[in-house]
Amino acid sequence: MIDQLVPAMVDICGPDAVVTDPLELRTYECDGLTSHRAAPALVVLPQTAEQVAAVVRVCAGARVPFVARGSGTGLSGGALPRTDGVLIVTSKMRRIIAIDTGSQRAIVEPGVTNLSVSNAARPFGYFYAPDPSSQQVCSVGGNVAENSGGAHCLKNGFTVHHVTGLEIVTPAGELVWLGDGTGAAPGYDLVGAFVGSEGTLGIVTKIVVKLTKIPQMVTCLLAAFETTGAGGAAVSAIIGAGIIPAAIEMMDALAIEAAEAAVACHYPRGAGAVLIVELDGPESDVRRDNEAVRRLCQQAGSTEIREAVDPAERAAIWAGRKSAFAAVGRICPAYIVQDGVVPRTALGTVLDKIAELSAESGIRVANVFHAGDGNLHPLVLYDDSSAADTAAAEELSGAILDLCITHGGSITGEHGVGVDKSRYMPKMFGADDLDTMQLLRCAFDPDGLCNPGKIFPTPRLCGEVPGARRGVHPLVASGLAEQF
Amino acid sequence: MAGDQVLKDLVAACPAARPAAGADAVAGVTPRYAASPASVAEASALLRAAAAHELSVVARGSGSRMDWGAPPRRCDLVVGTSRLDQVVEHAAGDLVARVQAGVSLASLAGVLAGAGQQLALDQAPDGTGQRPAATIGGTLATGMAGPRRLRYGTPRDLVIGITVVRADGTVASSGGKVVKNVAGYDLGKLFAGSYGTLGLIVEAVFRLHPLPTAASYTTVSTGGPGPARAAVAAAAASELAPVAIEVSRAARDQPVQVGVLLEGDPSGLAERSAALRELLGDGAATSEDAPGWWGRMEPPGGPGAPGGPRSPGTLVRVAFWAAALPRVLAAIDAAAAAVSADPQLTGSAASGVIYAALPASTSPGAAAGFVTGLREALARGDADARPASAPFPDSPPVLASAVVVHAPPPVAERVDLWGPVPGLPLMRAVKDQFDPGHRMAPGRFAGGI
Repeated sequence: MIDQLVPAMVDICGPDAVVTDPLELRTYECDGLTSHRAAPALVVLPQTAEQVAAVVRVCAGARVPFVARGSGTGLSGGALPRTDGVLIVTSKMRRIIAIDTGSQRAIVEPGVTNLSVSNAARPFGYFYAPDPSSQQVCSVGGNVAENSGGAHCLKNGFTVHHVTGLEIVTPAGELVWLGDGTGAAPGYDLVGAFVGSEGTLGIVTKIVVKLTKIPQMVTCLLAAFETTGAGGAAVSAIIGAGIIPAAIEMMDALAIEAAEAAVACHYPRGAGAVLIVELDGPESDVRRDNEAVRRLCQQAGSTEIREAVDPAERAAIWAGRKSAFAAVGRICPAYIVQDGVVPRTALGTVLDKIAELSAESGIRVANVFHAGDGNLHPLVLYDDSSAADTAAAEELSGAILDLCITHGGSITGEHGVGVDKSRYMPKMFGADDLDTMQLLRCAFDPDGLCNPGKIFPTPRLCGEVPGARRGVHPLVASGLAEQF
Repeated sequence: MAGDQVLKDLVAACPAARPAAGADAVAGVTPRYAASPASVAEASALLRAAAAHELSVVARGSGSRMDWGAPPRRCDLVVGTSRLDQVVEHAAGDLVARVQAGVSLASLAGVLAGAGQQLALDQAPDGTGQRPAATIGGTLATGMAGPRRLRYGTPRDLVIGITVVRADGTVASSGGKVVKNVAGYDLGKLFAGSYGTLGLIVEAVFRLHPLPTAASYTTVSTGGPGPARAAVAAAAASELAPVAIEVSRAARDQPVQVGVLLEGDPSGLAERSAALRELLGDGAATSEDAPGWWGRMEPPGGPGAPGGPRSPGTLVRVAFWAAALPRVLAAIDAAAAAVSADPQLTGSAASGVIYAALPASTSPGAAAGFVTGLREALARGDADARPASAPFPDSPPVLASAVVVHAPPPVAERVDLWGPVPGLPLMRAVKDQFDPGHRMAPGRFAGGI
């Protein structure tokens, strides 16, 4: 079936930009979440927005599902291909179209990497604020799909706060601008609705982003504590004092041990937890806040405080934190990166419960997290050669999400729902909530061809009356539609 | 009307439902019924009853901005949020508050200030002190933000969770009460600035900020658009972390005032203000108090002026890429001069938003002509800051817009209040999904939505 689309795709994108070789197709079978795999039937790598639109029109005409993929670094399977569908890879669309520092805006294509936007703006004194930890490779288009955050979003916000206009290809294959780059365009805020929709509302082909002035001063402080509880108390005290740091990160003993073994970051020996607090802004405010943070950490029982005074020292402090995920990979055969959120004030309680669950199951958990906004990244360590161990790890990982929900938090703070967590959506949202979200989906993608099977556990056919389902939907029965 | 079955059904859903009075009129359209539900459950039952009778529904907060947006095509029922007036939760340690729609910005500010916190949205001063305080629901529905949008953003940036009642009475929520959360679609963004056309906002959760220890306003009077832009750009490009950068001009032959708000540590603030005065040039002065024109998007005597009928002038919001400020002012001046008008200009220059206010004395033809002329100029790209490196197909087709925020009926009859809107067909599709009967504030929004 899809083979019949190949000539049209070659016409649109050129022979070098259409992948049909089964071995080569396999290289696209997963994104950063490797536990879900599906080789796409066809891969295309368009170079222009018009090509993307033409490709989507072909798919829509043939009623073939399609999935967009940027750099493939996502951690929830949001770019997991369909075996019966087309994977549209935007990595060849990597022009930085314009930098307008006078308006503090840039226009970029979706395949541009996150960090290269900042690199292009830096000579003018600006940067692009959202900084997911994969920023060297992840694409801005992917950031838009996932509403990516990063360590510094505590102060600066997420992708949605830094995007003011989008050119998209609708699921029908039309090129449309949402917003005009001002951030104050008339009409519904479709930019806001599109950002974070995980590729289910269309494919972004151009992005207007805000540029942020590089702060006058940045300080970075590392504080060691005997327990994560003491570290958490310091976080609460800092926020309670009216200080909004650029970032507050925490690592527990196991994560510190792993980082030490991997990159010799020389964090204080024997620490039960370390806190990294970065402050930025005007020099006078940063100096004052830095003194306050130091004092509050001491009052919370910090056993050692180090301070970076130059970029090199700052990088040394961050080295341990940035290596943490990979480092944990060296002390165990396999691990699950969990991503959940709890209200900051519930951090201590939830960490204690995670420790209890870990002890009960015998599955180790290393905690690395964005403490300032309560975004946990528990790393669940297990031996993937043991089926029992694997099952126990998955169960523990799920139990952590249940804890987040119970404490009024979220099942994902930045990695997205994708295929990985769609089954948890009904635990966080009621049927009416999910049905209402689905209305937005139906407005953009009535045929359900655009990245189907993501976010929603049991999506309805558009136009279906909510409520009890009675038998097979007539469109399905007649072969006109597929329940995705 | 005796034995009115519709009213009976509305009362059964919401005991406070009643026949409407003259004061319930929405932009000149008098509804048949009015009701103020006391709970989300009542609001849901009320909208279900309204749906059963195919009533068109307009939401009302404090009523301070009912003259914003186009008059509704139909209005059978006005739903007031005045009894949804609870601050449901203020989690100070999490810098988060869950608030019902009818809570006023002012009363919420009072609650939050007790913990040294704020919802960082400005309430527009009205020059008379007579306007009721805007509510949370109304502020969200209109997307209203003032000078501090530069640092803190607009309602869509601060809302992290929302609960709405759909046209059919379904209660739905998205987001939650944690700041960092990407689970599901973000309906808060969609409803912010939707003017009640997608459903009734009943509750919202906001991200809060600490109240600053001190604030200072540094102002300078500049000779015209060019020097004003230079002052704005200098402040925006500085490392002084401005919270707001505003401009104001009382009339065409008057100087352009530029004002910059800094917040922070008192000792550092003195130092930064001194640096800012250097940047802004001769005559710059610093004060703890905001200048009289600060955030004053319309002159005194606007809507709600005491003693008079509600006969506001015409208020136009022009949005643009910030670097184009001189071109925007030139386009406004040309459009105004062509109809012998002279609007007061105030706005957030570094955020690319300027309000042009024409007094009520402006003739309807002239006010409409001003809007039309300005839009023609914008469509030509006269006010674009189009980067030379971005040829036409690679950037949004037009980098500016002019929306009439409110206008007297004779003006509103002559001109589309919203003007051209990017992505309008998709917006219509969204409206059709959320409100298939087009009963929620019909006609009030862009493109006749």
